[in-house]
Amino acid sequence: MENLINIFVKSVFVDNMIFAYFLGMCSYLAVSKTVKTSVGLGIAVVFVLGITVPIDYLLHNYVLKKGALVWLGENFANIDLSFLSFIMFIAVIASMVQLVEMVIEKFSPALYISLGIFLPLIAVNCAILGGSLFMQQREYQNIAEATSFGLGSGVGFLLAIVGIAAIREKIRYSNVPAPLRGLGITFIITGLMGIAFMSFMGIKL
Amino acid sequence: MSSDPLFSSKNLKVLTSPLNEDNPITVQVLGICSALAITAKLEPAIVMTFSVLAVLSVSNVVISLLRSYIPPRIRIIVQLTVIAAMVILVDQVLKAFAYEVSKQLSVYVGLIITNCIIMGRLEAFAMTNKPWPAFLDGVGNAAGYGIILVIVAFFRELLGAGTLFGYPVIEKIGLYNIGYENNGLMILPPMALMLVGIIIWIQRKRKPELIED
Repeated sequence: MENLINIFVKSVFVDNMIFAYFLGMCSYLAVSKTVKTSVGLGIAVVFVLGITVPIDYLLHNYVLKKGALVWLGENFANIDLSFLSFIMFIAVIASMVQLVEMVIEKFSPALYISLGIFLPLIAVNCAILGGSLFMQQREYQNIAEATSFGLGSGVGFLLAIVGIAAIREKIRYSNVPAPLRGLGITFIITGLMGIAFMSFMGIKL
Repeated sequence: MSSDPLFSSKNLKVLTSPLNEDNPITVQVLGICSALAITAKLEPAIVMTFSVLAVLSVSNVVISLLRSYIPPRIRIIVQLTVIAAMVILVDQVLKAFAYEVSKQLSVYVGLIITNCIIMGRLEAFAMTNKPWPAFLDGVGNAAGYGIILVIVAFFRELLGAGTLFGYPVIEKIGLYNIGYENNGLMILPPMALMLVGIIIWIQRKRKPELIED
């Protein structure tokens, strides 16, 4: 249990998707103009990461990894399908996003309307595929750890995007040099937030 | 097939505008993730540029050839499949011939799949244009992406580690002897963001029509 919390906290603060790996920057910059929409996108990312990372974990360990197919019989022990992982992961992500969208539409129309356009966009958010690829690279021990990592990364993204949206709402009233307005100042603020987040480095529970 | 000459002024415009006023990173805001993450050194930045060049130009041509056969409802899946197939090829080639660099690029090679430059250009250009302009568009956008990558990587490697392509420039000039120190902060992720911010600043200062209000 302690281990799971550790992974969660680490992926929220230390290995933050935005500040440490720049994943999901495109939607981070495009959708962070107001706090309300950015909360919607953030929650959708937490949701999708929390679902796709464990599924890709199972796929990686029982189908793609070298020797993963051993449950089919001894003859399959030497098969290594890991070169297929990109295409498998992206297929899982695209179909999960579609599925999640349909489920939410059916059971919670209110949430569906508030997430609205963000859900389909998420299929091409690098943070989602990045989550699965990091999971593959870091070799988590079991599915609980992978889930905790997925949720943690999502929460990290949520935190970052809500933070920048709040700052951008306020900065509209400041006198920023004209060429820096909009994109330029957002980059620089993100850099400063990144430096702040670096103070979490080395935290261990 | 095409009535234009191969390098008509229209086609040249497609090729050169992404280098400056239509730059994928600083103006279209596409493909930021990988641009920032692999620019701590020049070598991976250049390898990444060529990987994107290969993937983007080929998938632009493929999608442009298929454009009248793809049903609009499933176009995203079709595009993703084409891109993913190309990225797998690039990944395998890098693993075979440039293993060290491939290790440094780690997950970012795979992330070319979700690099918004590729999806963005496929959607915005290849779906509505003939193969040859689509190819030029791919090359131009990858080059515009590469320019920013190389500029950022140049400053980060020179100021952060004092080397260029691993060659100890600062040490050879002898700056260390007069008390110069490397700035370790340049290697860390936040400085990549700052540098891109500064590049945007300079570019918009020179081209005031790009300024947002």
